[in-house]
Amino acid sequence: MQQVDLVIIGGGPAGLAAAVAAHEAGIRDIMILEREAVPGGILNQCIHNGFGLHSFHEELTGPEYAQRYIDQVQALQIPIHLGTMVLDITAGKEITAVNKSGVLQLQAKAVILAMGCRERPRGALNIPGFRPVGVYTAGTAQKYVNLNGFMPGKEVVILGSGDIGLIMARRMTLEGAKVRAVVELMPYSTGLKRNIVQCLDDYGIPLLLSHTVTEIRGKKRLEGVTISQVDDKRNPIPGTEETIPCDTLLLSVGLLPENELSKAAGVELSPVTGGAVVNESLETSVEGVFACGNVLHVHDLVDYVSEEAALAGRNAAEYILHGHANGEGIPVCTQGGVRYTVPFSVDPHKITDAATLRFRVDAVYRERYISVYLDGERVLHRKKRILTPGEMEEVKIKKDLFDTHPGVGTITVAIEEG
Amino acid sequence: MKQNLTCINCPSGCQLTVTLDDDRNIVSIEGNQCKLGETYARAEITNPTRTVTTTVRLLNAAIAQLPVKTSKPIPKDKIMECMRALKPVEISAPVTVGDVIVPHICGTDADIVATRSLQKITS
Repeated sequence: MQQVDLVIIGGGPAGLAAAVAAHEAGIRDIMILEREAVPGGILNQCIHNGFGLHSFHEELTGPEYAQRYIDQVQALQIPIHLGTMVLDITAGKEITAVNKSGVLQLQAKAVILAMGCRERPRGALNIPGFRPVGVYTAGTAQKYVNLNGFMPGKEVVILGSGDIGLIMARRMTLEGAKVRAVVELMPYSTGLKRNIVQCLDDYGIPLLLSHTVTEIRGKKRLEGVTISQVDDKRNPIPGTEETIPCDTLLLSVGLLPENELSKAAGVELSPVTGGAVVNESLETSVEGVFACGNVLHVHDLVDYVSEEAALAGRNAAEYILHGHANGEGIPVCTQGGVRYTVPFSVDPHKITDAATLRFRVDAVYRERYISVYLDGERVLHRKKRILTPGEMEEVKIKKDLFDTHPGVGTITVAIEEG
Repeated sequence: MKQNLTCINCPSGCQLTVTLDDDRNIVSIEGNQCKLGETYARAEITNPTRTVTTTVRLLNAAIAQLPVKTSKPIPKDKIMECMRALKPVEISAPVTVGDVIVPHICGTDADIVATRSLQKITS
């Protein structure tokens, strides 16, 4: 069995940034394992621009953003095994992978999980009807159009108005398809305003809020979909059915962290995020196994993925070089509309300047405050004009605050009216 | 004349109403909560531009399509003309990020440039 200091599972934006950071922190024996034939992950098919505004202060396309990290990994000569599928990880950090040359068996000192996420499929939605050709997840259609160069259809309905759905509405239109409508179950879109304007309004594509697809029509090829209005409990309202003829239905209905390997290693997962329960070092419940990027929790900005992955890379390096100083983590609790935080606990001894807590809210809130409590005392109170489920929020708790509040039992993050 | 816009600067998405006179001069901008909304409305009314991102056919590479973009935003009403102009374009690998694929697309001062580097593959 080959010994490797650090094995990184996944060569997308998270895996690449983690590798670069671990290298900068002094680790030389690194191996990235990537399932696809090229590094870069999902960014390769995200040919639209808007990436990198936070990290590079310019607007890059997905492939350009990926290229910056691929170039760094190559310059540092970090080995990356492409076309390599990891089959198993054990709690003892033994990794089994396969590629064309055969089976790879590795014993790692530390592992970084960076496998990303996948799309919720039709099967998760229970839409009645046959299973005709023409129903795709939006990301699959994006791959067909942007990498393979063929169009899934000519007349399109899109279910779900997250950013991928909006981006694909524009992309299909530019390539000559007629996008009949984008249908959204919720009374608001989780997509960026910029995408609603530049992907839908620019092309006169209607956005139907509080609507869903209630029937898929056609046996061999999709012939149309029935859409219905939904009530405030998201149940279809009888009598509001309307049929839209189309040959293609794209589903943009959520992303799920891809954690099968994490489960095999015995990593504890959160039922809210679908990702690992991690501490301030982004270390999972299994010692020496770290997680970052969309496998940890689904992000809307790749800039934050890179930042989070770099933290995982530095902490994995620290673990390899100096082992563990076992400290007590303070659990983070959520209140008043905060669905979750990452990390789930903070050990003040292990943060350098500040602990960054990222979170999402469960509904749209206007004119509210983000508050942080250390036990009963409110130590942070910041006004926000608007909070939406589609935009990840963050708060930073400075290390000094922990120094002036020794022995804190609970950190609480809350959304408050005043 | 009145024109309605959605501001794209933040998730608030303010609904802006721009009043124009007969020569399309801006008389008033309403509905914005901050200065960004006014600047945005002014640009959208006087000269709306967009960066176009798309693909062109790519030969001798690991993928079939080369992602490209306009090197700077082009007038919004030239987007579909730009797409038609790129339809017949075919490129052969190798190609490097930033390579000019079509100069001065549709008479604008923007070039179509590659957004991905791809090596040549000999089959």
